[in-house]
Amino acid sequence: MADSGVTDGPNKKDEIERVKSEGKDLTKEEKQRLRKEKKQQKKNKEKKDDKASQESEKEKKSATSAAPASQPPTQLPAQKAPSAVPAPAPVPVPASEAPAPADKPAKSKAELKAERRARQEAERASKQGKKGEVGQQAPQGKSKAPPSELQPVVKRLPEHIQVDNPDVLKKLAKKLERQQTPGYNAATKIPLRSDYGYKVSLFSHLHQYSRKAPLTQQLSIPSTVIHPAIVQLGLQYSQGIVAGSNARSVALLHAFKQVIRDYTTPPNEELSRDLVNKLKPYISFLNQCRPLSASMGNAIKYIKKEISNIPSQCKEEEAKSKLLNCIDCYINEKIVLAAKAIAKYSIEKISDGDVILVYGCSSLVNHILCEAFEKSRKFRVIVVDSRPRLEGREALRRLVQRGISCTYVLISAVSYILPEVSKVFLGAHALLANGYVMSRVGTSQIALVAKAFNVPVLVCCETYKFCDRVQTDSFVSNELDDPDDLIVTRKGKTQLEDWHQVDSLGLLNLVYDVTPPDFVDLVITDLGMIPCTSVPVVLRVKNVDQ
Amino acid sequence: MELQAVLMAAGGGSRMTDLTYNSPKPMLPVGNKPLMWYPLNLLERVGFEEVIVITTKEVQKMMSTDPKMKLDVKMKLDWVCIQEDGDMGTADALRHIQQKIKTDILVVSCDLITDVALHEVVDLFRAHNATLAMLMSKAHEFTETVPGQKGKKKTGNQRDFVGVDQSGKRLLFMANEADLEDGLSIRKSIMRKHPRMHIKTGLVDAHLYCLKKAVVDFLTENKSISSIRGELVPYLVRKQFSKTTNSQKNKDDAEDQNQKKNDGSTNHELLISSRDETLLQLAQDRSCWNDHHGDMSEAYHGGKLRCYVHIMDQGLCYRVNTLAAYIEANRLAPKLFEEPAVHPSAVISERCQMGSDSIIGAQCQVADKTSIKRSTIGHSTIIKEKVKVTNSIIMHGVIIEEGCNIQGSVICSNAVISRGADLKYCLVGNGQRIEPESEANTHPYIHKHTHILYIYVYIYIYI
Repeated sequence: MADSGVTDGPNKKDEIERVKSEGKDLTKEEKQRLRKEKKQQKKNKEKKDDKASQESEKEKKSATSAAPASQPPTQLPAQKAPSAVPAPAPVPVPASEAPAPADKPAKSKAELKAERRARQEAERASKQGKKGEVGQQAPQGKSKAPPSELQPVVKRLPEHIQVDNPDVLKKLAKKLERQQTPGYNAATKIPLRSDYGYKVSLFSHLHQYSRKAPLTQQLSIPSTVIHPAIVQLGLQYSQGIVAGSNARSVALLHAFKQVIRDYTTPPNEELSRDLVNKLKPYISFLNQCRPLSASMGNAIKYIKKEISNIPSQCKEEEAKSKLLNCIDCYINEKIVLAAKAIAKYSIEKISDGDVILVYGCSSLVNHILCEAFEKSRKFRVIVVDSRPRLEGREALRRLVQRGISCTYVLISAVSYILPEVSKVFLGAHALLANGYVMSRVGTSQIALVAKAFNVPVLVCCETYKFCDRVQTDSFVSNELDDPDDLIVTRKGKTQLEDWHQVDSLGLLNLVYDVTPPDFVDLVITDLGMIPCTSVPVVLRVKNVDQ
Repeated sequence: MELQAVLMAAGGGSRMTDLTYNSPKPMLPVGNKPLMWYPLNLLERVGFEEVIVITTKEVQKMMSTDPKMKLDVKMKLDWVCIQEDGDMGTADALRHIQQKIKTDILVVSCDLITDVALHEVVDLFRAHNATLAMLMSKAHEFTETVPGQKGKKKTGNQRDFVGVDQSGKRLLFMANEADLEDGLSIRKSIMRKHPRMHIKTGLVDAHLYCLKKAVVDFLTENKSISSIRGELVPYLVRKQFSKTTNSQKNKDDAEDQNQKKNDGSTNHELLISSRDETLLQLAQDRSCWNDHHGDMSEAYHGGKLRCYVHIMDQGLCYRVNTLAAYIEANRLAPKLFEEPAVHPSAVISERCQMGSDSIIGAQCQVADKTSIKRSTIGHSTIIKEKVKVTNSIIMHGVIIEEGCNIQGSVICSNAVISRGADLKYCLVGNGQRIEPESEANTHPYIHKHTHILYIYVYIYIYI
């Protein structure tokens, strides 16, 4: 759910989409109108047969003129005008009767515009009720829409980046209510986690939670609504005990295995449908604890697909063991073996005497470096770290434990240390469809500085982290961590202790940022070493396979 | 199911025999509710639906016949009766109900009155996959004078030394002063792993424990452990740093090696691994989190057995196991529930002065010109005219006749205080009768077997 919304793309693309849809709308409306007219004509058959034939000719004309209107992608209002003119012509029977063709469009245009507007409003309202679209598009075009609402370019925005819209929040609350398993009363719904503290206005559309207010506060203690393994997982996510894209996915699949083991099909239900419904509230719960990562999203899609593909005549035990097997295979292929393959490719890129720069703690990059060291490559590592997470300490510990000689700097010293560096290895949280790399905040800085120094930047990423989203900036979709993490106590003094009292002060703790493909020289995946721009190709191939 | 609640209500109340010789400790009225109601209410509030109650037959009878209790407690209570002789410790009781236990358990003592946010303790248990999670609270000074107490307050004999790590959550060391004859000694392995340890002495153990199911299975194998607090918890805390539970290979000192031989045989039961141990290990390996920084070991130092403690600094937490605690609890317990201070069925005349912090139970009759301040009056009590009751606890069915003056006292059930008696800081036992016009000024304690006026006068020395 978090991944499927199409966000800001290039403007032209969206215009084309809009025109096409509106063109379709118009023809649909046309068709509806035609049907109505035919009914009316059947009623008035004995009265005016001639007019019917006249109208049918005009309808054909208007149908043909409306059709080309949908095809050319440009000149939006121009297209609308000619399509608008012949459209009113066939509509009401009395209007098309007597007056001259010049007068006809003038009179009927005004009347029929009003009628059409009313009809379109009704249809729009019904569509909105079904689809829940936020952005509305007046079919008559922007130029003719003074009373209508603001028209955002995007068709549908995912909920998690619309936190400042109260309607969306209400919808989310209702959805959480609806998602409780049937048979429980309203008091046992999934709780809604409330935001904490002042949010910087540029990021007010995102959630910001406090670690001191865990979601378990609002749940009953022997958790009956949500499986205990999922509650444990949610706690571990929100407290940061399980952090890192791979770790989160593995832990998620482990918890799902426990859920599947404890699952029993209720009578009159099918496992393939009921289990997916059971998983939905768990996923909402985990989303509330910490927004899902791209890798987790892909893993969930895979599991849901596997569950729905179980044949209905399969016995429960068989089905369960099959699912558990699938999960094990997925982890083995996509994470463990992928890491081995990536390590194999990367070792070719590491030569003796290299000075490799890594940022933060990426499990994959650490794995690669340890493997390379075991294969007796001689290199040294520079670990760059940043506040507030200071994950580099953990990477440093793991590398030094193996015997690799390391240097440790903070990100503010990166331009000082870069002349020594021969290669930069970065890990990724997700690879977006337009080739951008989403990773820990600070990665794009490192890539930028490395580019300025002409140091090659290699990104290591498994294919299961590739995601359909398209993003060019770090603002639209990101994660806000607990702002209290930025507060530090030195020599017994905590300067930011009362930051809530200062009205104009906001603390921002971003988690991710996106790096443009211009800064990335190579992406090493389990399918091989590809340039950043080949990501959509891989996605396409993956979709075809599935 | 995630957690099963077990309520230990078979304790004898050995430290307040004055009150418990007649009525069992779980049924002592605190704020006009039986003591056992408070932990049950806590469990009900957080969402438990079933509780296993381990108690004596007497208590079970009393609880099931009390109509008020049936309305108040909506959970399903699974009564397990054990013998009253008192040889069974809390761990023995757990062993007794081992068949009923299917998941991890939450053990609560019947004398705990607290408003803790229970999720804090259980979250530690869940998030870190701990073997033990317990609750402790900063001890509060008891300010009320205690009737019948002789000599100075006992100071240091029963101190508990609790060692926690820097975050204040991980339990590193626990010992009672009575067990430490030569002084406090801490193993080197603990110091190596946790160089900064905070040792606290002013803590009250709330006797609320989350234990893994494996611990209950371990208890069935080891019949030598009989008390949870006294033996099991210190054992588990020590076991965290035992050599065989760790995957690290350090040089042992001789002491550790001996310990290893002794403990080795009993270790494996505690570490029953889950079915997907490899997956959990993989997740932990890939995760970039560590609970400590500065040395080369992985998260939790590779130890599988972990004990956590949640230390409350604000809020109520009392263990009613002494008379002083009982009196303090009576003052503060009414804050925990929102029932009206005066029960609707009580008949109180208009010319009576009642303070807002007093509680009057059901079917009381309070006559004119009485003054009741900072007191708790039990149900079915009759208070006649011109009586002054201050700072006292009066239990059920007591008759106080005209002109009495009761201050700072505890009057147990069914006692009769005759006309004009003047009691200050006294404790009147069950069914006692105080003669008219008697004056007991300092701290007499009237015991049941003294039929008429056998008053022990103790002079209370303030130090």
